[in-house]
Amino acid sequence: MGKRVGIVGVGQTHHRSKRMDVNGVELINEAVMRALDDAKLTREEIDAIVIGNMDHFEGINYVDTWSVDGSGAYMKPIMKLTTGGTTGATVGINAYYHAASGLFDVVMAIGWEKNSESDTTGAISTCANPWLERDFFAGAIGPLATAATMYMQRYGATEEDAAIVAAREHNNALNNPHAHLRMKTTVEDVLKSPMLSYPLHLLDMCPRSDGACAVIFASEEKARKIADRPAWVHTTVTRHDFTHFGDLVGWERMPTLYSASKEAYKMLGIKNPLREIDVMELYTPCSWSGLSWMESLGVCGLGESIKLNREGVYDMDGELPINPSGGVICTNPIGATGLIRIAEAALQVMGKADKRQVPNVKTALATGFGGCSWTDLMILGETPR
Amino acid sequence: MAEEKKELLTISSGKMWQPYNWAVGRYWSRFFAELRDNKRIMGTKCPKCKCVYMPPREVCGKCFAKMDEWVEVSDKGRIAAFTVVWFPHVDPNTGELKEPSPYTSVWVHLDGADTYLMHYLDETDEKKIKIGMRVQAVFSEERKGSIHDIKHFKIIE
Repeated sequence: MGKRVGIVGVGQTHHRSKRMDVNGVELINEAVMRALDDAKLTREEIDAIVIGNMDHFEGINYVDTWSVDGSGAYMKPIMKLTTGGTTGATVGINAYYHAASGLFDVVMAIGWEKNSESDTTGAISTCANPWLERDFFAGAIGPLATAATMYMQRYGATEEDAAIVAAREHNNALNNPHAHLRMKTTVEDVLKSPMLSYPLHLLDMCPRSDGACAVIFASEEKARKIADRPAWVHTTVTRHDFTHFGDLVGWERMPTLYSASKEAYKMLGIKNPLREIDVMELYTPCSWSGLSWMESLGVCGLGESIKLNREGVYDMDGELPINPSGGVICTNPIGATGLIRIAEAALQVMGKADKRQVPNVKTALATGFGGCSWTDLMILGETPR
Repeated sequence: MAEEKKELLTISSGKMWQPYNWAVGRYWSRFFAELRDNKRIMGTKCPKCKCVYMPPREVCGKCFAKMDEWVEVSDKGRIAAFTVVWFPHVDPNTGELKEPSPYTSVWVHLDGADTYLMHYLDETDEKKIKIGMRVQAVFSEERKGSIHDIKHFKIIE
């Protein structure tokens, strides 16, 4: 068993479609300074740094080297990780691993991206097998739309069911000053927005953003000294499966999310996630994921999410609020996106989520999504365990 | 001293181009050669879970078992899922906008295979496409040993 670890500081930029005023180092520094301010720490008190993004979006490799001035890593250990869309969650989980190992006490995770600097779909497509699947794949949008047709066919979900998710998340983002897209949105607005890839409309899908996020993890003894109310890491589970999209047979239940959440609940003795988890910040890249992946998370049975969604169970005042921040469909600097989920879940547990705060959060769940169909999951709580 | 200029500049990479030469290995070499020479779609079968992987590969990741048994699968199958892609995006093979637009990306469950083949369908009206429909591979006249030796799939019902 590792040492107990708490999150003691969170910083993120005000995410935008294009940050012309800063380059990569400056963007990273903005989030790092905010996290240090939040934890009331100095650069000297950070023992190690884990940083990540997806190089092909900017076409500049090795962020661990060129960002040193801005990340605060000068003369410190810094590790770079890239795991596709899960990158942000992966850097968070690995900062946790380092603090839990006992070899480092205070570890900072940094995720960032400047998606404005290239064509996001063209860049993402370079992840797919170039001689089998790349040409048919259409970035993240294609496979997500394809999976949506499977869910529609199997359970009778409609474009309106997905639009309800999209409208809720866009309206939640109005409470989040860091969100990229902040606009009052109706179900009709979503359905009337241009079709990107049937059945996905523009407002069903995440944008591409410029932004950075930094989260500071500390071992128990340090965490208690640094923060009055740390967000304690209860567990984390990572699951990878396929590299070929054609292997995603039966994607109506996302295998990695199902496996990761089941394992995490077992570790923590969670029997009914709908009742026992107070809020979730999920890497749901499109509205359809916000509908069907709740079933993979064990919140309800297969096909049942359609009803829960219409009943308002996932609303801010519902039984299990999902993505109070507005989620990924309102903010998506890809290498930071997974870490923002952990950061937002931590803010909920720490009681620092301001206008987007869910009352009395004791347990929060965050996920990262990426690759073919991968899951990085972390559960945070108000007391250490 | 001159007044500070407040403009914010970007610098373009220009048309970056880095050609790669990928070795596809023994399994995919045979897969592409069979498409090119015999219009046959081949898979490999796992000795443990009996799953037929198409496209073929050497190792079943679930069982971590080496696959030596080659199986020919049908050029006909059913639509497992699809999307009609309307949004314009860069083709990573050329750096230009992807052509044609729109296009339909389809996951085909070929008869005899347990995984899906990702490919094009020659129908872009989503109202005319249903999951479960029968489809068949249309082979290119000039075949070069690539996934594009199958031109696209067509609906056959």
